[in-house]
Amino acid sequence: MDLIFEIGSEGRKLSLLPKCDVPEVKVPESQSRKTALHLPHVSENELSRHYSKLAKRSHGVNDGFYPLGSCTMKYNPKVNEIAASFKGFTGVHPLQNERTVQGSMEVIKKTEDTLCEIAGMDAFTLQPAAGAHGEFTGLLLIKAYHVDRGDTKRTKIIVPDSAHGTNPASAAMCGFDVVSIPSQDDGCVDLDALRGAVGDDTAGLMLTNPNTVGLFDKNILQITKIVHDAGGLCYYDGANLNAVMGIARPGDMGFDAVHINLHKTFSTPHGGGGPGAGPVGCKEFLKQFLPGHHVAGDENEGFRYEIETKSIGAVKMFHGNFLVIVRALTYMLMLGKEGVPEASSNAVLNANYMRTKLDDLYEMAYDTTCMHEFVMSLEPLKHKTGVSALDVAKGLLDYGIHPPTMYFPLIVEEALMIEPTETEPKEVLDEAIVALRALYKEATDNPEALHSAPHNTVIGRPDEVGAARNTVLRYQWTD
Amino acid sequence: MGSFVPNTDREQEEMLKEAGYKSFDDMFSCIPDEVRLKRPLNLPSGLSEMEAIREMEEISEKNVTFKHIFRGAGAYNHYIPAIVKSVTAKEEFVTTYTPYQAEISQGVLQSIFEYQTMMCELTGMDVANASHYDGATAAAESIPMCKDRKHKVAYVSSTVHPGTIQVMETYCFGSNTKLVQVPSKDGVTDMDKLAKMLKDDPEAACLVMQQPNFYGIYEDATKLGEIVHEAGAKFVMSVNPIALSVMKTPAECGADVAVGDGQPLGMPIAYGGPYLGFMAAPKSMMRKLPGRIVGETTDDKGNRAYVLTLQAREQHIRREKASSNICSNQALCALTASVYMAAMGADGMKEAATQSTSKAHYLMDALKKAGLKPMFSGEFFNEFITDCPCGSDKLLDALAEKGILGGLPLTENVVLWCTTEMNTKEEMDQVASIVAALISGKEA
Repeated sequence: MDLIFEIGSEGRKLSLLPKCDVPEVKVPESQSRKTALHLPHVSENELSRHYSKLAKRSHGVNDGFYPLGSCTMKYNPKVNEIAASFKGFTGVHPLQNERTVQGSMEVIKKTEDTLCEIAGMDAFTLQPAAGAHGEFTGLLLIKAYHVDRGDTKRTKIIVPDSAHGTNPASAAMCGFDVVSIPSQDDGCVDLDALRGAVGDDTAGLMLTNPNTVGLFDKNILQITKIVHDAGGLCYYDGANLNAVMGIARPGDMGFDAVHINLHKTFSTPHGGGGPGAGPVGCKEFLKQFLPGHHVAGDENEGFRYEIETKSIGAVKMFHGNFLVIVRALTYMLMLGKEGVPEASSNAVLNANYMRTKLDDLYEMAYDTTCMHEFVMSLEPLKHKTGVSALDVAKGLLDYGIHPPTMYFPLIVEEALMIEPTETEPKEVLDEAIVALRALYKEATDNPEALHSAPHNTVIGRPDEVGAARNTVLRYQWTD
Repeated sequence: MGSFVPNTDREQEEMLKEAGYKSFDDMFSCIPDEVRLKRPLNLPSGLSEMEAIREMEEISEKNVTFKHIFRGAGAYNHYIPAIVKSVTAKEEFVTTYTPYQAEISQGVLQSIFEYQTMMCELTGMDVANASHYDGATAAAESIPMCKDRKHKVAYVSSTVHPGTIQVMETYCFGSNTKLVQVPSKDGVTDMDKLAKMLKDDPEAACLVMQQPNFYGIYEDATKLGEIVHEAGAKFVMSVNPIALSVMKTPAECGADVAVGDGQPLGMPIAYGGPYLGFMAAPKSMMRKLPGRIVGETTDDKGNRAYVLTLQAREQHIRREKASSNICSNQALCALTASVYMAAMGADGMKEAATQSTSKAHYLMDALKKAGLKPMFSGEFFNEFITDCPCGSDKLLDALAEKGILGGLPLTENVVLWCTTEMNTKEEMDQVASIVAALISGKEA
């Protein structure tokens, strides 16, 4: 389809601004732009239809099942959007004085308190804008803690080889060296490898639990103890929190700091890749290092901002992705004490239901009770038929199902990671099970068809190698 | 009360049985008993949708919203065309994930490609990423793009937004980078001091400056760029996207990286977020850019197609050697900016920019007549600083009583003012008369 630059014509425009009611002042000649500025020339109707066309060429949670492992693509309640559209939230300036933003501060305080209870932490900052941004923030807390004690030799962060790529990348941005430790055959942390890795240079450990293969690491208390005994701290990557809300808490597992993805666990929409929010929680002894402003006070005495004594500063301007926080709080209010564990229980149930309906055909990387997601290895299928995890994923597109996460975690060959979430009804799971079983049969009967899948989408498989080799990253005008 | 779980209790029981569990408790027996939470969460009971909406609305009403806003300093109250809200509310865009699966994500991918094109046009650069968290984090992440083995020290002008400097400091604490502030003179970067500082430092990696700067004043960016390049360092400009429609582009000023906050492009001020960080650079810096980048290619039938590209820079491939850890960004805000720019067109953006600066000049004249003095003489865009002999708080309270959010108090008697096309002559006259009354000691 045409780019927005290829439709409309010179002179078409919308009628948006009134005439200027004061004398015109131009930018001084020495500062003024010489390069022509090309932007679209379209009427409102054309503009509207252009984006409707683009919308039809996109696939959201609203369009169908989206079992993208580790991304928690649950339904995004519409009530969240209503709350985020209130003028009292959208119309306030971030630098208004405290007296005039008591509502915003109440949102922040209530969200922090709720997250503290769910995560088993003592304090939170809502400043980080995304999960990786939260990791960065949490690791800075750990760094500040060691620096504050004058313990400057703690330069290493331990990360299991099954971790998300953001974990080592965040550690590197905090100036740490990354020590990767192998996982055991059951996908969990190898305690001996961990004992061998810790020392007086250990700053901390980063871990998800449930881990990235979808299993709850039974040795979690030993793991966090080994790190603590060596003088390190434990960081909980909340990517998989949707499995354990109200069931088990990172704080009770021995973690010192966590981040939570509001755009995963707390139902705020992903928006095609953001904005999300990655609040960071910590135990009392780390609170003094939190960035940004901390809300103190209550509804009766009024809320006020305080800055922590040894704050690391700020990881983002102002108060975080505020409207995302509004959405998450609305969701938390609706769930309440009963709904939070109910969500997690059903996320885990849906995953185990799917797992047990597929494990006779597909090889499960770990054939045991999973948490909110499970990993299949298509290595045996590939060996037998030549059909890869990528082929099966692409085949699912023709069924209108968003593929699972592919080739992650790296420790499982030909991995497909399925996370159904709790917001899918049984029939949707059954349809996906039927589709996956049909694809298995197709792989055996007609592997060629799957190599070239998908067949019913607006484009076929794109040439990704060509895209990276001959980079075309913007439209060029010919004039 | 609600958990958005569709399956009924009976269905859940059946599913448990089919999966081989006696109960939820049985299913969770894989979690060791000693870490199980053995009490209900200490949270209020869940609410119905109606109650939740009521509660959130009540909370929102505890905020004071102002009809007239003269405060900027990183959050600008520009007009948002109706079409922007309509397009960005489309559920296909709102509820989708990062477009990893190109075949069913062409709409999102194309919209990002269009966004990248528009940001390149605004900045004059060859490449733009798909977005960053905000302007401050974009500025902070420009530093590692400029560092190499020999060039390790970052410089930032003290006329950059203090919030941006604070974020840069925090990022530099992380990466063990020395960050040095360059002093200002008469409200702009002190070029003589900068030249000397850079000359004495063979390890200088970059200078980050802001145009127009925090005080609203135009810096001589071309000259700053020359000084920086002469010292063998890179030149990073943090820019206002509305101003770019009429101002010298970062490319024209010789910048190696252009960053900024895209909030003025259709995003509400919304207590600080979500906003939009943008980053653009010449092709030579392409592989150092953090974040997603969309490229054009073809599918297996030769049709035009878009994909996420240059992923070898990114964390999921490179892990600790990645150019950044960024994963989720501000995609829907980038879409917002695209729709805004398409709706405004080049002429509309220039009109918004010209009206913003015209009104700032009108307001400054009116405030001068009312008795306030500008602190600096430099030419300015849509923000400027005055003194406030009657006391900032007193003035701002008097304005607030009339539903006006005055400028940002920088000290007890210095205020940073801002105007956009949203401010009318009438309300500016009203501000001036309130100021005049306070200064002369009479009621307005």
